[in-house]
Amino acid sequence: MSQEALEGAGCAVESDNPVLPFLRQDRLPHIWCPGCGIGTTVNCFARALQDSGMKLDDVAIVSGIGCTGRVAGYMNLDSFHTTHGRAIPFATGLKLANPKLKVVVYSGDGDLSAIGGNHFIHAARRNMDLMVVCVTNHTYGMTGGQTAPTTPQGATQTTMPYGNFENPFNLPFLADACGAVYVARWTVYHVRHLARAMKEGLAKKGFSFIEALAPCPTLYSRRNKLGDGVEQLKYYKAKSTIKNGADTKDVGLTFQGDIIVGKFVDRERPTWLDSMNGHLTKVFPGKFTPYGS
Amino acid sequence: MKADPKGVLTGAHFMDGDHAACEGALAAGCRFVAGYPITPSTEVVERFAARIPLVGGMFIQMEDEIASSIAIQGAVWGGAKVMTVTSGPGLSLMMEHIGLAAITECPCVFVDVQRGGPSTGLPTLPAQADMMQVKWGSHGDYEIIALAPNSPQECFDLMIKAFNLAERYRVPVFFMMDEVVGHMTERVVIPEAAAIEVEERRWTKKKPGEYKLYETGPDLVPEMVMAGQGHRIHVTGLTHDERGYPAMNPAAQEQLVERLLNKIREHNGDLVDVREDGVEGADVVVVSFGITSRVAGHAVEAARQQGLKVGHLRLVICWPFPAQLIRELSAKTKAFVVPELNMGQMVLEVERAAAGKAKVVSVPHAGGTVHEPEAILAAIREAGR
Repeated sequence: MSQEALEGAGCAVESDNPVLPFLRQDRLPHIWCPGCGIGTTVNCFARALQDSGMKLDDVAIVSGIGCTGRVAGYMNLDSFHTTHGRAIPFATGLKLANPKLKVVVYSGDGDLSAIGGNHFIHAARRNMDLMVVCVTNHTYGMTGGQTAPTTPQGATQTTMPYGNFENPFNLPFLADACGAVYVARWTVYHVRHLARAMKEGLAKKGFSFIEALAPCPTLYSRRNKLGDGVEQLKYYKAKSTIKNGADTKDVGLTFQGDIIVGKFVDRERPTWLDSMNGHLTKVFPGKFTPYGS
Repeated sequence: MKADPKGVLTGAHFMDGDHAACEGALAAGCRFVAGYPITPSTEVVERFAARIPLVGGMFIQMEDEIASSIAIQGAVWGGAKVMTVTSGPGLSLMMEHIGLAAITECPCVFVDVQRGGPSTGLPTLPAQADMMQVKWGSHGDYEIIALAPNSPQECFDLMIKAFNLAERYRVPVFFMMDEVVGHMTERVVIPEAAAIEVEERRWTKKKPGEYKLYETGPDLVPEMVMAGQGHRIHVTGLTHDERGYPAMNPAAQEQLVERLLNKIREHNGDLVDVREDGVEGADVVVVSFGITSRVAGHAVEAARQQGLKVGHLRLVICWPFPAQLIRELSAKTKAFVVPELNMGQMVLEVERAAAGKAKVVSVPHAGGTVHEPEAILAAIREAGR
């Protein structure tokens, strides 16, 4: 949609908005609801790309399915909207076929940790050189508000109509335990921290994991009588504590409880590709050409 | 273009079908394989894993077949020629990504070394019971290509054809082996690289800004790019327009789905690959494919010795099915006999094409071993009566 058309539709457009060049402007307006936090994370991602100084042709983005799964389609990058839960293995193939690309996986908590959970743990174990952004809104928004592996106990969702009694994932702990080299969590209240984490993730070699807590006012908040998007931002502001380097086993989330945010893990491990190249160079001295060189 | 000599193991070998299939893929230019172990297909990826470091390429054992079947598609957009290899249970897991490959027009080869099913079935014993699954297994309407080799030599030769067809039509291509063809060891002759024609990807010459991801010419197959070239492509499994952008309306759906079907259907004539033996003037024509064609060959010989006029038509490309050919033959022959290592799959296609003009006799087999030639001979005699 053109700027004129956006303005005609009553959308406020900042013509000098620094984020616009990072978006496919011919695909706007986006599908997200008023008060949804996904757009805020996209803003942070665009700013991270800008601050990183990376050539956009060298960055590819891969999404799965769901509300966050639509992010790939709005970014002015080579972008791939794949199948539910399978963004990580698609990104693995893309990265290994062309190691010069920086490949970003951008998807939701249900997509990455339920149907895609197996791929998530194995990519972290292998230290596949991917930056994974997980927008955690504790629900399946696209399908109408069902329980996710991240739904806190006590929250109500359409498939837990009497309240969720399951134990949720602590995703930073999971990523850490599986071997991710960079693990951070921020909320969409912490826009500068989130953008900085994404910039660090773009520069980091190996499996980096950034969890962004974001409100879903239409389904999660309304069903749990938590108010609108702004109310959730107030909650993030009031209940978040920054603890860089916190032990990830202590950062689990509870229903409207305290939130620990920060950069939890930042360490070095050889990536899968570096390990393969290093190992095969030893196995085949003088004969093996390192892959991607 | 000619094959890259680095991947071509020129010479005469004593090799099983699984290994020959791997060599065929390497000769065809396959440089990325993602797979997950499953009997009786594992030897294909084992050989690839051993060979690829010095050829120059990539093998990764993924966490499951679902991951394997989409990692290869990511690799296609990174510029590689790709394959994954599996058997029945793994193939069942891959179904969603066959639809993704179809709708995103991702050239890739799926090798299925068939074993007895359903479910875990007979892991170490043969069947040909995935023929309908590869045609219809993913949801929605789409077309695929499937080839059925009947020897280790053909595992090599036809694998090159499988890769070439995947590139030419930008569809998932299925390589329908079975446990016997996979594990049978025979002489395999691999020619010089200069004698092997491989089809290059249909790279566009258009510049960023001029190129549309799914714009096509008269042959209905779009040109390709890879990530990182500045085209800023958007590839989605959603119904999409020529730019690749999601288009959620019936008109876009009709336009896309019809093209996905027609890019194969309008080339059905080019996709007929059969081996005919004495079909002209035959009273009975045996229609077979894969390992069963070798058993059927014995039955056809025996029938001829008994004075029967029997022809043998072997399907090398099973999908698209050569319906026109069967239709024409059905006006000239009394009956078709269709032996297959399943309870009656491709025979349904023969019946459809014959449309009542010739008798069609199924020779089903639940799998676990090959047919007794006598069973096929008995069916030939019965059909010719």
